[in-house]
Amino acid sequence: MVSFELDDEQKLVQETVSSFAADLMEPAMRESDESGEIPQEVIAKGWELGLLGGCIPEEYEGFGEELSALTGVIALEELGWGDLSMAMHLMAPSMLVISVLDQGTEAQKKQYLPAFCGEEYKAAASALVEPYYNFCPSAMRAVAERDGDEYVINGKKCLVPLAKESDHMLVFAATNPGMGFSGVDGFIVPVGTKGVEIGDREKNMGIKALATYPVNFKDCRVPLVCRLGEEEGCDFLRLLSRSRLALAALAVGMSRRALEHSRDYATQRIAFGEPIGSRQAIAFMIAEMAIEVDATRLLVWEAAWRCDKGMDFEKEAALAKNYAADMAMMVCDRGVQIMGGHGYIRDNPVELWFRNARGFATFEGMVMV
Amino acid sequence: MTIDFELSPRIKATKNMIHMFAESAIRPIARYYDENEHEKPWDLLNMVQKFMGGGMAGAFGAGGEEKKAEGEEAKEKKPRETNLAGAVTIEEIFWGDAGIALSFPGPGLGGAAVQASGTPEQKEKFLARFRGDKPVWGAMAITEPEAGSDTANIKTTAVLDGDEWVLNGEKIFVTSGKSALEDSEGFVVVWATVDRSAGRAGIKPFIVEHGTPGMQITKIEDKLGIRCSDTVSISFMDCRIPKENILGSPEVVDKTKTEGFKKVMATFDATRPLVAAMAIGVGRAALDFIKETLKEEGVELRYGINPHRMTSLERDIMQMEADLKAARLLTWRAVWMLDNGLRNDLQASMAKAKAGLAVTRITQKAVELMGPLGYSREYLLEKWMRDSKINDIFEGTGQIQLLVTARRILGFTREQLK
Repeated sequence: MVSFELDDEQKLVQETVSSFAADLMEPAMRESDESGEIPQEVIAKGWELGLLGGCIPEEYEGFGEELSALTGVIALEELGWGDLSMAMHLMAPSMLVISVLDQGTEAQKKQYLPAFCGEEYKAAASALVEPYYNFCPSAMRAVAERDGDEYVINGKKCLVPLAKESDHMLVFAATNPGMGFSGVDGFIVPVGTKGVEIGDREKNMGIKALATYPVNFKDCRVPLVCRLGEEEGCDFLRLLSRSRLALAALAVGMSRRALEHSRDYATQRIAFGEPIGSRQAIAFMIAEMAIEVDATRLLVWEAAWRCDKGMDFEKEAALAKNYAADMAMMVCDRGVQIMGGHGYIRDNPVELWFRNARGFATFEGMVMV
Repeated sequence: MTIDFELSPRIKATKNMIHMFAESAIRPIARYYDENEHEKPWDLLNMVQKFMGGGMAGAFGAGGEEKKAEGEEAKEKKPRETNLAGAVTIEEIFWGDAGIALSFPGPGLGGAAVQASGTPEQKEKFLARFRGDKPVWGAMAITEPEAGSDTANIKTTAVLDGDEWVLNGEKIFVTSGKSALEDSEGFVVVWATVDRSAGRAGIKPFIVEHGTPGMQITKIEDKLGIRCSDTVSISFMDCRIPKENILGSPEVVDKTKTEGFKKVMATFDATRPLVAAMAIGVGRAALDFIKETLKEEGVELRYGINPHRMTSLERDIMQMEADLKAARLLTWRAVWMLDNGLRNDLQASMAKAKAGLAVTRITQKAVELMGPLGYSREYLLEKWMRDSKINDIFEGTGQIQLLVTARRILGFTREQLK
């Protein structure tokens, strides 16, 4: 039966994450973006929320709550509202953790999951995006070739969050090039493995507080047991789709924040004797921003709901992610436009959101629900 | 309750039934009644009334009924799905054909106004007729040559003379006006002012029965689309109606109090999402046409690949799909709120604004993408493009919806944001 009401647990998650975002993330956003560093307090307190450890089963030392994409996107919207860099840093290990949880073998679950159930934040990286203008996850250039009991990985990756801070990295590479999504597999690679070359921290237009790195793989050999799902392999498109939902939810949260900021400015800023929001040129922009933020959230919810129900959701997740990327850019661009000159000054958060927003069209596989 | 997008078995069954009906009974005659404007598919209309009478009328008039029941039902916490069922049903019928669907018998907006603010006696007297064997229509007359969405500027007057109201003025763009007043024993709800100096507070709705002397249809419009549905002008010259045919109180309270006006305006909170659902039905028809055509041609749509690697056609179609889905979800949210007794004026306007614009874009793009198949009158695509345009206009244009939305988001009154 159709309903748009959050259940009690989702409401609790939403409220908890929302206050965390308002109290700790948002106030630190600007300084963090300028310094390129995320306050330790945010990471520690954010980890305490248990968003990741919560969904790890008790047998692997987690709290054993059911993994729900829907609850995940609700939490991520709030984190995105707080700050995108911090949200992505906090949730970066989710790519590895949830992939293993969803598609790992029993042995892989036992080996990797307990490390993420402790009281202290534990980093993990994922390498998916490649540094080519026409990069597509279905046509990866990185390859992993089987050689006896090993896989040999070769290729270039970029936008790998926390590569240096992590012990393990989930690397996606084509095992069957030319086979599209079904020809891609994931490999859990210890960061110190020979053939893994982590470059200098990347300098990006936005998400400046998130440490991302380029990583080159040169004849990097990993044993067969490192392949996600081992003999079975993994359903890459499913993992990618869970990540698309997460990114789309972050886009909704950040855009909602930009909308609220623009709304407040439009009611307070006086020009020609009236608040600028009393002119249709501004008011209509705000109305459209509000409509699109809500519309995107509903697209994300529906796709996440399908995922939880065990239905196909890959198409819906792709539509939601692309829609969210466009929406975020539209909303944040208008945020800057509504502020006028003030929106171009770095004192104002909209210029930060504007830079971050452009990233959604590029981001893939950095966070997961 | 928790977030859920699954239609209940009851709604699903209705949806399937209506879809089959739309496909087998409406689609095949859609072109004929577009080319032969002002003719009506009487066989179909009689059948609709006979087999679906109350049901169909109910779907369109549901809003008013819901509004009224809200207060009483809220205590019971019983989940209601009347408006959601209405939205889903309407999408299917309009997938069949918008013009024909709009010409279906039923109480329409006029009936919704009676439901929303009529007395029990008025409801019995005016609404019983829709449950009979013969098709009957209700209509609403608001727009005037100089007052469309600017309802406060209504110039049609109503003056009390003894036991009768005397109406004078001219109304335009009355949907199903001819059906209500000439083709059946229906009525029209006319908005007129009892005190021009009182502005909005002086505007009241009056029920005028078919055949009332002094009321005359003066023009039947030729239109861009939805040609099967009649749109007329009506003039009132010393048109006398019984005193009890006013909806709500005849008192003009002070100018700042516009409760009666607001109550009838609140009818739109129920009807706007339904108009959005109409749009979505037409948009889906266009998308289905494209997908079938591409399937026949062996063209595969690749979801999930990098948009830069898609063909322009794939990008366009995915944009259209996401837009349509977004509009539908906003619409479902608006009706779900109504079903749950939540104030939905903001969400109703958001849904209508999104759907009206999305569907005009979708159908226009569809015609472009399909080239000669889109432009040819041999197929229905060009018709859907013409039909859908009305969705961004009637029941408040897209711009009016943006105004309503912006006022609510910014917390501005209508004086602060014009």
